[in-house]
Amino acid sequence: MKFGVVVFPGSNCDHDCYDVIKNVLKQPVEYIWHGDTKLDHFDCLILPGGFSYGDYLRCGAIARFSPVMEKIKIFAEKGGRVIGICNGFQILTEAGLLPGALVRNKGLHFICKHVQIRTENAKTPFTNQLKNGQLLNIPIAHGEGNYVCDPKTLNDLKRYKQIVFTYYGDNPNGSTANIAGICNKKRNVLGMMPHPERASEEVLGSKDGKLIFDSILRHLRSDR
Amino acid sequence: MAKVKIYITAKKGILDPAGKAAEAALQSLGYKNASNVHIGKYIELDIQGKQINKEIAEMCQKLLANPIIEDYHFEVSGE
Repeated sequence: MKFGVVVFPGSNCDHDCYDVIKNVLKQPVEYIWHGDTKLDHFDCLILPGGFSYGDYLRCGAIARFSPVMEKIKIFAEKGGRVIGICNGFQILTEAGLLPGALVRNKGLHFICKHVQIRTENAKTPFTNQLKNGQLLNIPIAHGEGNYVCDPKTLNDLKRYKQIVFTYYGDNPNGSTANIAGICNKKRNVLGMMPHPERASEEVLGSKDGKLIFDSILRHLRSDR
Repeated sequence: MAKVKIYITAKKGILDPAGKAAEAALQSLGYKNASNVHIGKYIELDIQGKQINKEIAEMCQKLLANPIIEDYHFEVSGE
């Protein structure tokens, strides 16, 4: 299964994602520069965390106009799996691949710590190795992770079971409905603020994030 | 050549924590009469052409503002 890690100017979790896919999941992986436009040979694309384009204007606002993003939209429309982590989630909402937006944390602070998230939908390509209600210990590291959307969008998210992860216990950023991660209606695009790639090896304090990558792999294999 | 001033503000109902923090600071400085503090963005640009209003609105919708969370308005002068 071929993974691609998209690199924007200012991405800083690209190497972590690459390392997890290559050395933990032991799957082939390539970096994709934001100017590249050849994506057909990939099975899953990862938009990593960081500060693409310095977070200028709004987080993800400029990255969404990178040449690679037009191709990622086509890739996703064809059913290709895309996971956006942190800044990657922000880019996916700015690009319209996921509904809503991410705004400044309620308390204004940048928060970097381990949190508990709850699995709300275990029937997605990204969560099939989890159970509904399962808690994961995964770190967050963001200043703009407060998910907002209008009431109609929230109703749709609930109705179509697009809320994949919620914060369990304290909500660190004030997000609507405690949302930590959502997917699109087709279930092939996931955006989440917590960083599973930072919690995929015991030495890092938690391996819970690996379950998400395991799920993707399982899904891709069963799809073949 | 026209000069354009663009103002971007958080939509009503969208939390504006920076505005809230500034408001609390003003209150603690003794300005008890200040309320509804909101912090937005101000963008200036020069532009040429005939359909300036249409183009600026497009720029705001596509890039400069996020219509999901922000409102915008602009002033064109010096044509």
